[in-house]
Amino acid sequence: MKKKNGQLLQGNEAVVEGALYAGCSFYAGYPITPSTEIAEVLSVKLPERGGTFIQMEDEIASIGACLGASLAGAKSMTATSGPGFSLMQELIGYGVISEIPMVLVNVMRFGPSTGLPTSPSQGDVMQARWGTHGDHPIIVLTADSVPETFEMTVKAFNFSEKYRIPVILLLDEVVGHMREKITIPAEGEVKVVDRLKPEMPPEWYAPYADTNTGVPPMAAFGDGYRHHVTGLVHDAQGFPTAKPEEVVSGMDRLFSKISRGFSEVCITEELYCDDAKTIILSYGAAARSARDAVETMRADGEKVGLIKLKTLWPFPKAALEKYEKSVENIIVAEMNRGQIYREVWRVARGRWQVGKALAPYGNMLTPDMILDVARKVTK
Amino acid sequence: MTTPNRIILDKYLRHNKKFPHIWCPGCGIGIVLAALLRAIDRTGWTKDEIVLVSGIGCSSRAPVYVDFNTLHTAHGRALPFATGIKAARPPLKVIVFTGDGDCAAIGGNHLIHACRRNIDITTVVVNNYIYGMTGGQQSPTTPEGMKATTATRGVIDQPFHIAELAASAGATFAARSTTYHAKELESFILKGLEHKGFSLVEAISQAPVCFGRRNGMGDPVEMVKREKELAIPISKTAGMTFEEKKDKIVTGIIEEREAQEWTDLYAGVKKTAGEE
Ligand SMILES: Cc1ncc(C[n+]2csc(CCOP(=O)(O)OP(=O)(O)O)c2C)c(N)n1
Ligand code: SF4
Ligand SMILES: [Mg+2]
Repeated sequence: MKKKNGQLLQGNEAVVEGALYAGCSFYAGYPITPSTEIAEVLSVKLPERGGTFIQMEDEIASIGACLGASLAGAKSMTATSGPGFSLMQELIGYGVISEIPMVLVNVMRFGPSTGLPTSPSQGDVMQARWGTHGDHPIIVLTADSVPETFEMTVKAFNFSEKYRIPVILLLDEVVGHMREKITIPAEGEVKVVDRLKPEMPPEWYAPYADTNTGVPPMAAFGDGYRHHVTGLVHDAQGFPTAKPEEVVSGMDRLFSKISRGFSEVCITEELYCDDAKTIILSYGAAARSARDAVETMRADGEKVGLIKLKTLWPFPKAALEKYEKSVENIIVAEMNRGQIYREVWRVARGRWQVGKALAPYGNMLTPDMILDVARKVTK
Repeated sequence: MTTPNRIILDKYLRHNKKFPHIWCPGCGIGIVLAALLRAIDRTGWTKDEIVLVSGIGCSSRAPVYVDFNTLHTAHGRALPFATGIKAARPPLKVIVFTGDGDCAAIGGNHLIHACRRNIDITTVVVNNYIYGMTGGQQSPTTPEGMKATTATRGVIDQPFHIAELAASAGATFAARSTTYHAKELESFILKGLEHKGFSLVEAISQAPVCFGRRNGMGDPVEMVKREKELAIPISKTAGMTFEEKKDKIVTGIIEEREAQEWTDLYAGVKKTAGEE
């Protein structure tokens, strides 16, 4: 791939470029604003590269087809928004327990239900964490610009392949639809991870056996490693089990394979945090306003810093805990009624005052709205 | 030629899987699975190229016992997973094994759309007229008047006829037989497997514990005999009214026609796209 200098792309188009860069060869989806451009562009580009695009009958079918394609060896992706994300929840859990890599993009819109189509919102943060039933690990990434959308899409594929888990890329309408300059990296410039394949003879292959990383190698259907895949709790062979010791080891491994990767998976960016007394914590479109507010306050001589989350789940609490002693206040800036705010408050355990600057009405969180809150705290 | 069941079982059952299976004594699911295995044996396909996909239900438990690439998905979702597998890797032989509830209720939308796409997947439906796994609630095929735990006074909804439904939704092969007609069932499944395009074989099956008992149908043998009595070959139904056919089991090939298959058509899309 040739390096293309300075293209003007939409966030949703950057998802497409990131997916193709990461080696995505299968997309199944159902149209919904504000994510539809991802499907439209991939329907053109995938077949050009030998990949497959299929428009399914609904979002449940879309995620099901992606999981199936992934089991057949394809890096697969679907994209949706609020109502469609709700429909996909059951099969997210299927992908988690059966350890099937795939990427699910949710370009958030205001809800619940049809809500305010299609005003911006970050209301699906907790749903992305807990939407499917049962205790489960999950990786949820986000981005605040077009170039970062590209970067995080590649990361989403990489993490899903490396950890054998569906990864959710949680964008918002603002980032999905805005246009910015982006230079697509040349091939090889950004690391692309492929799932580990088994090398042992088929009769030794145990698709769900523990390994030194906790992630078992994954054979594709048709590779000669015949095995069973189920959403039931299963043993190392993939066969259903209810034996307590097998349930314990199987379920614990699902979590520990991710927790062992926390330092790699939890991505944040910081600005002026070293001497900060107040930190504004934000993500996605809201982080753009947060950065603006921080710059304004720094210009006024205030000791304010920014922590931008690029990973929402697992929650990057280590990034905050670094400032256990130096920071007094954390203000969470987000476009909902405080979904990450509650998480920060939980993590704070009284170590910091936790405040919030919210935009919960389908409106953009502006720098002024953040400044209003932050100035009261720093006064 | 058909290989005896004994040899089929030895060849296709998983030797590393802990038996016994979950099915009740006398349940017809095993007969349908055996018919499928005999048909597969006649295709000459290798185990490695076959993917057997199911949803959730007693019928959908079948894949775990057999030595193919097997996938036990979520309730109703076998066809979307199967579609993804087939679309991503067309040389694989993709077979769906499902129940009446799994494929015609919760998975009904996926069923009609898989038919419409005419994607090369063979679907074998065990129609036992009931939700077996959950203990006998009415399904979309439970005949009017029959009893279920959620219709103790008799079902008032009209049933689906799955094979006809599939045919009218675009399946290019659709057939129905019963566990009594196990040989015919096998031959229809074989035709389905060898058919290029979406094929569906509906297997009427006895569920003595969760359906027969509640409807006074006697033991499994009596239930199977009842299938024989109610069966009427499609060739003999000309001129029969809907009401006359209503309580019968119409057996035979309901639809068989040639049409372009989805993965072939998509290969064409890729070719044109690559040349642009
Ligand atoms: C989403 C969801 N809803 C409900 C169930 C419960 N459930 C499991 S199997 C089943 C019905 C199965 O009926 P059928 O497909 O006819 O299979 P059978 O057991 O009769 O072979 C139901 C309702 C489920 N597993 N998942
Ligand atoms: S008789 Fe009913 S409950 Fe028993 S295995 Fe058959 S379908 Fe399931
Ligand atoms: Mg049933």
